[in-house]
Amino acid sequence: MPALTAAKKSSRPAARSVPHAPELIFGDLWEFDPAPETAEPKLKSRYDLFINGQFVAPKGGKYFDSNNPANEQKLAEIALASPADVDAAYAAAQRAYEGVWGKMPGRERAKYLFRIARLLQDRAREFAVAETLDGGKPIKESRDFDVPMAAAHFFYHAGWADKLDYVAPGRRVAPLGVVGQVIPWNFPLLMCAWKLAPALAMGNTVVLKPAETTSITALKLAEVFQDAGLPPGVVNFVTGAGEIGAAVMNHPTPAKIAFTGSTEVGKIIMRGLAGTDKKMTMELGGKAANIVFDDAPLDQAVEGIINGIFFNQGHVCCAGSRLLVQESIAEKVLAKLKTRIRTLRVGDPMDKNTDIGAINSREQLDRITALVAAGVKEGNALYQPSCKLPAKGFYFRPTIFSGVSMSSRIAREEIFGPVLSVLTFRTVDEAIEKANNTAYGLSAGVWTDKGSRILKMSTELKAGVVWANTYNKFDPTSPFGGYKESGFGREGGRQGLLDYCKLV
Amino acid sequence: MLARSPQAAIQRLFDEVGSVDQVGIEERVAKYGTRSIKKAAKLWGLKTAVSMVDLTTLEGKDTPGKVASLCQKALRPHDDPAIPQVAAVCVYPAMVRHARRALGSDTAVRIASVATAFPSGQAPLKTRLAEVKAAVADGADEIDMVINRGAFLAGEFGLMQDEIAAVMQACGSATLKVILEVSELETYDNIRAASFLAMRVIRPGDFIKTSTGKTSLNATLGNNQVMLEAIRDFYLDTGTSIAMKPAGGIRTAKQALTFLVAVKETLGDAWLNNARYRFGASSLLNDLLRQLEKESTGAYQAPYYFSEAAESY
Repeated sequence: MPALTAAKKSSRPAARSVPHAPELIFGDLWEFDPAPETAEPKLKSRYDLFINGQFVAPKGGKYFDSNNPANEQKLAEIALASPADVDAAYAAAQRAYEGVWGKMPGRERAKYLFRIARLLQDRAREFAVAETLDGGKPIKESRDFDVPMAAAHFFYHAGWADKLDYVAPGRRVAPLGVVGQVIPWNFPLLMCAWKLAPALAMGNTVVLKPAETTSITALKLAEVFQDAGLPPGVVNFVTGAGEIGAAVMNHPTPAKIAFTGSTEVGKIIMRGLAGTDKKMTMELGGKAANIVFDDAPLDQAVEGIINGIFFNQGHVCCAGSRLLVQESIAEKVLAKLKTRIRTLRVGDPMDKNTDIGAINSREQLDRITALVAAGVKEGNALYQPSCKLPAKGFYFRPTIFSGVSMSSRIAREEIFGPVLSVLTFRTVDEAIEKANNTAYGLSAGVWTDKGSRILKMSTELKAGVVWANTYNKFDPTSPFGGYKESGFGREGGRQGLLDYCKLV
Repeated sequence: MLARSPQAAIQRLFDEVGSVDQVGIEERVAKYGTRSIKKAAKLWGLKTAVSMVDLTTLEGKDTPGKVASLCQKALRPHDDPAIPQVAAVCVYPAMVRHARRALGSDTAVRIASVATAFPSGQAPLKTRLAEVKAAVADGADEIDMVINRGAFLAGEFGLMQDEIAAVMQACGSATLKVILEVSELETYDNIRAASFLAMRVIRPGDFIKTSTGKTSLNATLGNNQVMLEAIRDFYLDTGTSIAMKPAGGIRTAKQALTFLVAVKETLGDAWLNNARYRFGASSLLNDLLRQLEKESTGAYQAPYYFSEAAESY
């Protein structure tokens, strides 16, 4: 038997002869060629309002441009609705509710929802391309996540429509009537599906306003509704900016309003609705803590951190924007994170290999830039990979701030961009305290090998969703919503349906 | 007693090298498959993959004639001179001298031999070492050994490492590839731990290798990733570069490209060559050639142009 010690010594000459810390090279030895998605998005040059089953010109005759944030080119003109158009949309919704949809048996409504889901699947590539062009998200995300998940929400709620007697055991449920909805620009089609599917399954009719920068896929969905033969007025889309959103929210007709967007706007809406008997659900901002303990599988935790903050350029209300890492492993995790983000591909969202696409708008890019500048000014350590960015369009490098304290702006304010703040903790109680020390409470992540710790954390974290050893997992059956200033009401699952009915 | 039990030894090793979450790592590797490799990048990937093949025949019915034709294929995989030679031929020890005769001494194609009572390793150490020495004496440039999985699973890590060290000494200047036989280790945690045990013994440029190809489950993107991450962590800790060889189950060019994407995004450019990464495969080579032909002519050849079976090289 040869001496093991001698063998070991001879096996490690490199360890002694390397003058600098070893580094990995992520260079251009094997550069991927562009792999653009080529499916035709079938865009119209001009999109009108969708009211009473028809595309109609806005009463004011005005249009605004919807641009591609990846190259700042104009994609289409979108109708600018006026309050009179909103009146017309609500009148159509009211007629459809009273005349057809509200009294239609659930099993008949289900057929329409199934048809919508299948038509959406049939046109999945077309919708994915349109979503990416309009919003800037990578094609692989709109192809593998947004569009399939939107279809899944219609399928799931189609399944509920003929089983509503079982939604609230021992009680009977009835639709609310007309519902007003306003959705954000980060998941335009998916938010449409989240909002519309439960409302329609329950027998409500809807007036919905998409975000002004991302109206196109909602209006393409209107084409699907036409193809599906959805009765006129069941869903109406009005397009425009904040004033039209306010007109939709404050209109006297709807029995319920549902809003997804910023906490700031949510508060304004709630002020406007104070004193009315309207039901509300609010899905607002977040500043989620992603908590990594020292016994976590680190490479998978790093993958989850990356997915948590860089998915959809960080334009995600439940983004894991605060990384809380146990002090004993902080250095190791930070080193692994820095290595990992060097291989993220930032660029043309239409390229199938792009991991991080374009920031949705110049306004949002300016906001991210300002908050990152504030983070630097506060003295936090900034790390960005040296990836090339396209010359035109709105892009931001994935960014990690380390050594961040709880009082820092970048640890408290929602940035809604690809910016991660890294904080440390020492004990379980400190992790819980820090995670809950925020005005928000939408989601959280816990990374540990210890099952009992996961259960403890999930009860003590004040967050609507707690993911364990994973992040950003969604399913139509799983309710989603916030604590505290992240909103109230749930979307998805039985709980989501209950927010669209009254118990009788 | 507990502190000295094999379970405690395994637990201490896991604590030291860290654990692997199965769901998480399989989610990670699934993303490699969504990378879209086109045009020049595809050509580069296919040619590089050809240059990384350890063209293998490991059968009871191997003959000098079969080995000679395998060697011809290794030297000249295709008419097109732009297509590189493979990295090595991989044969049983008894076939090494036939391979050497077929390849000659002045060749870049290396001869690898699976010594150490391959695939089980269940022979006395003395026998295994003698086999290694014989293969090297017959002209093997590389030795593919199997670890003592029984020792690993029993927590006798010292024994497992001592045996690797002994084989390494028997290799002399020949490159060593340490086969973990991942399907017998079963868990990703075990694969990671065994990778570290092996890497702490072997020399820079030696390999760790997934499997023998003789069990039901061989190289997968998942266990490839576990081992790549172990190599990365070991390199960043010590500066020692260990090479990697997935073997068995990689049959298509598409699979090979996906494995290379994993290398590119985990270990980076320095591992994208046949000194640091190999494919243990046989039928893979012809699919790589078929895809290369398709890239140059724009059309797929009829199936009989490139046989699927490694039998007929």
